[in-house]
Amino acid sequence: MSETPQPLIRVRDLENRFGRHVVHQGLDLDLYPGEILGVVGGSGTGKSVLLRSIVGLLRPSAGSIEVFGQDLQRLPAAERSHLEQRFGVLFQRGALFTSLTLAENVALPLIEHAGLPRPEAEALARLKLALAGLPGQAATQYPAELSGGMIKRAALARALALDPEVLFLDEPTAGLDPIGAAAFDQLLLTLRDALGLSVFLVTHDLDTLYTACDRVAVLARGHVLVADRLESVAATDDDWIRDYFHGPRGRAAEGAARTAKES
Amino acid sequence: MASQPGELRLEAGTPHPRGDWTLEHHTKLRHRIDAARRAGAGAPESLDEIAAIDTAGAALLAELTGAEYLAGIDERAPGLPAERRALLRAVGEALTRCETPAAPRPHPLRGPLADIGRRMEGIGRQQTQLLGFIGQVLATLATSLWRPRRWRLTSVVSQVHQTGLDALPIVALLTFLVGAVVAFLGATVLRDFGATLYTVHLVAYAFLREFGVILAAILLAGRTASAFTAQLGAMKANEELDALRTLGLDPVELLVLPRVVALCISLPILTFVGMLSGILGGAMVCLVALDISAAQFLAILERDIAVQHFLVGIGKAPLFAFVVAVIGCLEGFKVSGSAQSVGEHTTSSVVQSIFMVILLDAVAALFCMEMGW
Repeated sequence: MSETPQPLIRVRDLENRFGRHVVHQGLDLDLYPGEILGVVGGSGTGKSVLLRSIVGLLRPSAGSIEVFGQDLQRLPAAERSHLEQRFGVLFQRGALFTSLTLAENVALPLIEHAGLPRPEAEALARLKLALAGLPGQAATQYPAELSGGMIKRAALARALALDPEVLFLDEPTAGLDPIGAAAFDQLLLTLRDALGLSVFLVTHDLDTLYTACDRVAVLARGHVLVADRLESVAATDDDWIRDYFHGPRGRAAEGAARTAKES
Repeated sequence: MASQPGELRLEAGTPHPRGDWTLEHHTKLRHRIDAARRAGAGAPESLDEIAAIDTAGAALLAELTGAEYLAGIDERAPGLPAERRALLRAVGEALTRCETPAAPRPHPLRGPLADIGRRMEGIGRQQTQLLGFIGQVLATLATSLWRPRRWRLTSVVSQVHQTGLDALPIVALLTFLVGAVVAFLGATVLRDFGATLYTVHLVAYAFLREFGVILAAILLAGRTASAFTAQLGAMKANEELDALRTLGLDPVELLVLPRVVALCISLPILTFVGMLSGILGGAMVCLVALDISAAQFLAILERDIAVQHFLVGIGKAPLFAFVVAVIGCLEGFKVSGSAQSVGEHTTSSVVQSIFMVILLDAVAALFCMEMGW
């Protein structure tokens, strides 16, 4: 990903603390156009906190976050809302609006932001749901009637509603069966290629890292240890990274990815 | 990148799409496409002049060309850049998958009739459920009554604190004001008969027999039944109730019983405070407006008001408390996953418990009158 050196998202010297508990300190990270960046790290290293800081849900204690070349924290509310429409966020547990059907969930931003009339917005919402791999009849169902995998897909459809440029995914394959997770990885790659997305992907799933990610950033001890192509990250000399990538699960995922590439 | 609004020109029946086919220009392009389709235009010859396109634009394009055309874009327009072909193909394939036949339009009378039927059925089911739940609570109460080890004293005390102690100020204030109002009404009407002294009787009868208990119960229904429903509803939505069951614990014993018992303790206390405070309000009006001194007021109370009126009033309190607590808990158990459902059941629990309190009070008033109490 060296053809465009200008990053879409530039995090510099980020610091986040809750009371006396320091989550991030001196954290630097870039997201380049068109790439899928996997962010990994042990539980409690602040992966989700980083995501929330970038999308503006959490005001960082110090440091700067530039998105599309602008600092979100310093923008007036209207411009900020405009900028935020270029994000799509998939939350860990979907966060679908439970009192709306799936089609209405996806149509909501289309009606509110793009100003489409309701029937058109719902027709477009059905398309997005189909793009996310949901069957046609799912559109009229409520989130409570769906399985975990379908909720993830519907949440992805809502994140894609406004054709965002950057997609933030918080553990999209957590809680999915391996087949569903693999299908989700493929879906992500297809959508990235078709829609030209950049993806910020927080994950624990080694298979997702091997199949979908262009670059991997490792979060530990409050900052990014290394952010590079997977092979170079895996070769980094650090205890945690060694355990992560060369433990039994890491080796299995690597082997699976290699056979998939060869066949 | 210079943005150029999306456009669709018709030349000799062939549409020529150009510019940005994006969500921004959706409404305008929609009109163009409708016009083109009315003119009988088919698929465009080339898509090369489209500057930018997103899924919304691709969906519009599909209306012109049909979804199959986009799904097979690789053969039809191999000259397009690969990313654009991938987008058009993905949208085309998704559209062919999501085409669903439109549901037939139902008869206009059917909706309202079905709604009436559904509501009637709902009311019937609600009453059966309530009776069933009351039975379940009583059975659980009976079994755990003999095992002091399973009494949840901490939980009960904490609930008494929240539902009783914390509600004292508002109950006292409200009944005080109503007491003053009743005394004013009595004074105004009784003055014409020269019987203003009977204002004391009016206030005392009203608060001892009815107002003390009913005002406290209604406040409790609004304040506590709704809280019970929301608490248990949130637990239900979070699968906590299921977790309790799988741990071999009974949610009725663990969650409902302490609440029911706590309300049965709180409401009599609140009722007692309500009675005192209401009579105090009446006494103040008597003192200020009717020149009946506090000593005189007390003397009349002592002479003319029998203790049975107090017993009738306070005797109703545990019954009302039981009904309010049971309805609040049952509605909480009925909550399903959605946020809307929590709201619906909270409303329903308040409305139902106030209704039941007033209904039971009317029945009790008739009963006591016939018994001569």
